[in-house]
Amino acid sequence: MADEALTAGQYIKHHLQNMTYGQHSDGSWGLAHSAAEAKEMGFMSINVDTMFWSIFLGVLFLWIFRRAAKNATADTPSGLQNFIEMIIEFIDTSVKSAFNGRNAIVAPMALTIFVWVFLINAMDLIPVDWLPGAFAWMASTFFGADPHHVYFKVVPSTDPNATFGMALAVFMMSMYYSVKIKGVKGFAAELTMHPFSSNNKLVQLLFIPVNFMLEFVALIAKPLSLSLRLYGNMFAGEMIFILIAIMYGGGWALGIFGGFLQLGWAIFHILIITLQAYIFMTLTIVYMDLAYQVPDEH
Amino acid sequence: MNINLTLIGQSITFAIFVWFCYAYVWPPLVAALTERQKKIADGLAAAERGQHEQELAEKKAAEYLKDAKGQASDIINQAQKRANEIVDDAKGDARTEADRIKAGADAEIEQEINRAREHLRQEVVVLAISGAEKVLKREVDKDAHASSLNELAAQL
Repeated sequence: MADEALTAGQYIKHHLQNMTYGQHSDGSWGLAHSAAEAKEMGFMSINVDTMFWSIFLGVLFLWIFRRAAKNATADTPSGLQNFIEMIIEFIDTSVKSAFNGRNAIVAPMALTIFVWVFLINAMDLIPVDWLPGAFAWMASTFFGADPHHVYFKVVPSTDPNATFGMALAVFMMSMYYSVKIKGVKGFAAELTMHPFSSNNKLVQLLFIPVNFMLEFVALIAKPLSLSLRLYGNMFAGEMIFILIAIMYGGGWALGIFGGFLQLGWAIFHILIITLQAYIFMTLTIVYMDLAYQVPDEH
Repeated sequence: MNINLTLIGQSITFAIFVWFCYAYVWPPLVAALTERQKKIADGLAAAERGQHEQELAEKKAAEYLKDAKGQASDIINQAQKRANEIVDDAKGDARTEADRIKAGADAEIEQEINRAREHLRQEVVVLAISGAEKVLKREVDKDAHASSLNELAAQL
């Protein structure tokens, strides 16, 4: 445990709170000093830690890949280029096998999602107290902040804002292309003419609200499931890391046991972070493919 | 766990990253990959062509070898034939020569016989004359009776 003064419950809560910047209830702007304050700020606030880490990792990803892209040649590839090309080829194969439309943005989007989400998730492997502890120490030493009220979450994908944000962007893209390919009429028909249809005009009219209910739920479920799946997995993984970290406060025997547990879970978690990045990417490709699919007429 | 502006921020960040990736990362990498793929395919095709050509050359070489072997055996056959002819010719020549020599020898023998016969005849004549001299107890004039003696010798 980072601080003996915290109970286990407080410790967990402290780890689950984002560093939120927004307007306090008294009208001043600043960082929230507690979960309740963060809640009070409402929608017009921003999670600084989530934004910082996701942008940092995204820029890191683009920097590495841009460097490889600049030096890319058709000759024998060197180490970095080889690795990057392996990823590119993997993404390209995934996109080609699942996406049947013609859209040059799907593959770069899939690449961005895969690598970015992977990097974001990989932050989970850094022991839970290192970065928040270092940050709290810095804040308290140089800025005189109370370390108990310095919140710092390093895994953006454990913040639903991040996963919803990405899923929302993917959803907007799929909606845009869906309307672009099928037209407004085709898109409306997709929502209202399936799964029930009839040749009788009156019966068809009765079916429209039913179809719309079903299809609309299915439509909304896509970005929801996409983001919640990633969020849920990463949140649960983070939670287990936090619980294991609590063991370090329970004497040396429990501490050593916790060390092994953390090692085991981290190794297992490597699979989860990769898998979740892959699933997020694959589902994105599939949703884009669905946007391009013109339903066969009944 | 509150939903706030981070949501919008993440969407925008994501969109910017995707755009950057779309504009500056993906195309050069895929272009390099495609180019290398083409290069490798070309290389493989060239290798295959080379192999094909080698096969053709081997086939051609085998054909040449076969032709050469045929020609050699033809030449050998002709040479053998010619040798046989030469031997036959030589045999014929030898036989003719042998015949000629034999004929010569025969003629010589004949001559020799004739000479011997002539000689014998002379001797017989001499003997006959000496016999006759003894019988007649008188000398026969050789010159006087030469014609009759010669006649006698011719009858022998």
